[in-house]
Amino acid sequence: MAIQSATTAPATGMPPEPTGGSRFRGMLRTLLGNRKAAAGIVILLIVAFVAIFPGLIAHDSPSESSYLPNLTPSGSHLLGTTNLGQDVFAQLIYGTRPTLVLTLVVSVIATFISTVVGITAAYLGGIADRVLTVITDVFLVLPVLPLLILMASFLAPGTTSLILVLTVTSWAFQARQLRSQGLSIRNRDFLVSARVRGESAVYIIFREIVPTMTSLLAASFLGLAVFVVGFAASLQFLGLGNSGQEMWGTILYNAQQSAALESGNAWWELAPGLAVAFLGTGFALVNFAFDEIGNPALKPMKRRKRRVRASA
Amino acid sequence: MRYLTRRGGMFLVTLWAALTVNFIIPRLMPGNEAQSVLATFRNINPAAVKALEIQFGVNVHHSLIPSYFSYLGHTLTGHLGVDAQNVPVASEIFSKLPWTLGLVGVTTVLAFIVGTLAGIFSAWRRGGRLDAILPPTLFIVSTLPVFFVGLLLIYAFAIKTHVFPLSGNYTIGATPSFSLSFVGDVLDHAFLPGLSLLIVTAGLWVYSMRNNMITTIADDHVKMGRAKGLSGLRVMFDYAARNAILPNLTGFAMQLGYVLGGSIVIEYLFSYPGLGYLFYTATTDHDLPLMQGLFLFYTLAVLICVLLVDLLTAVLDPRTREA
Repeated sequence: MAIQSATTAPATGMPPEPTGGSRFRGMLRTLLGNRKAAAGIVILLIVAFVAIFPGLIAHDSPSESSYLPNLTPSGSHLLGTTNLGQDVFAQLIYGTRPTLVLTLVVSVIATFISTVVGITAAYLGGIADRVLTVITDVFLVLPVLPLLILMASFLAPGTTSLILVLTVTSWAFQARQLRSQGLSIRNRDFLVSARVRGESAVYIIFREIVPTMTSLLAASFLGLAVFVVGFAASLQFLGLGNSGQEMWGTILYNAQQSAALESGNAWWELAPGLAVAFLGTGFALVNFAFDEIGNPALKPMKRRKRRVRASA
Repeated sequence: MRYLTRRGGMFLVTLWAALTVNFIIPRLMPGNEAQSVLATFRNINPAAVKALEIQFGVNVHHSLIPSYFSYLGHTLTGHLGVDAQNVPVASEIFSKLPWTLGLVGVTTVLAFIVGTLAGIFSAWRRGGRLDAILPPTLFIVSTLPVFFVGLLLIYAFAIKTHVFPLSGNYTIGATPSFSLSFVGDVLDHAFLPGLSLLIVTAGLWVYSMRNNMITTIADDHVKMGRAKGLSGLRVMFDYAARNAILPNLTGFAMQLGYVLGGSIVIEYLFSYPGLGYLFYTATTDHDLPLMQGLFLFYTLAVLICVLLVDLLTAVLDPRTREA
């Protein structure tokens, strides 16, 4: 659930990569060579598979109350049943898709917003930069979960509101990172020449700057996904952010409301908690590997005798 | 001086933003739901209903801008209104504050110390076994949702075994006093919620500290400390860590909002009667004045913490004063 990614000094972070077709293949190969990333990718693939083919795994309906209530785990009900006699395992499996879709949608939108805000601020400079930076800093300082709760309890419940509140509260940290990275490449030759050619700011930002930042954008996206998985579940655990779809957070809420832990039906509550942690860890591991690859200072390596000071 | 003026300006802008959020949010609520919220207040206090009607923007003929300014004026002069129980919001907050201050304050400081020390030692033996295991583990653990850690701890230590109490802040029926047994009882109740918060926050400061340390260790003054033949520990803490900790202090202030958020979830999970639990009950009651008061309070807490750290940094690091 950490908001911050492992790198705290983004300006000294990832160098802009070379342009070329082999870039993605190179990135993929490095990722797979990293043990943490490989573990994370396996986790994400498992969750994606469950999200796409829930029917192959769970044979019960997630919503029908067709069994005895509060059964403990057994061969026919791997995780027991709810107080309404629904199969917990089926709920968990069918809850995967809406949980994953919400995470991906919010992360994509928030990455887009942080890219636009961060890079525009860095590229335009001057007053525009100052205004955008102040807005970003305000959103960084406002306490996230209280703001989420406040918004979620007064907006009409539904998926749109849930996406809205999670996006509003999540974009700022990545925007600040992208701005720092943008500042560091602002005066590179290829940007100067684009300006001299008379290209528009929009063209320069999206066609010239953004492509040099693919790995940082991917890292932003993953960092946001960790955030969204945790905070969406926390919000739903508190009984807010209901979207009408059964997600992992909704199962957690129902279990907590019926005191599942105390009444001997612990797996009803532990299993969705574990699922949230599993997915979050998957994103975090890949994100972590990205940081490690991009920022050599993070890598556990042999001590070097001579080091050049990283910052001036 | 310019540094502090800029920081002070940021303080005011953020405070204004929080107030504006408080003002706008009730107006986003669908009208019929606003009416039902008003209904819960109706029997209690006509003056509070009037104030709420203005906030929701129902039954009023003022336009938006004047009511916005009257809201800002009211709040800035300390009028936070009364909650659904007709208790002044400010006194409600201050009556619950000690519990959260104790829980969050102590665990945050402990987490900061644990995380920072882990960062210092990992950087000092960079590439060693500790460095390979400790920072990544703490960091990955810090990405776990706090409620999950809390659930696991409850299950293991309050349900499967009865090492710690399940919920509450002290045993029901105990009389609050400064006796040894009562203080022990309070600590017993605070242990699991505190540990949950500690586990997910210690990792927040590991990497920033480790990376600052690695940069600082390469500095000339650290080499000089070594050349003088000072002991390893002395160089590590007095020469390297002392300089490296400054940016980490800023991180500490910024993460306070995150920790406060975590405390809401944890206090709900453990029925721990502090501000977070108050916030949770306020949401289930749609108690608007209480929620607004708490949101403002949380924001102020973070802002004041950021400001204090800025002042401290200015005192400790002359470079910031010139910038």
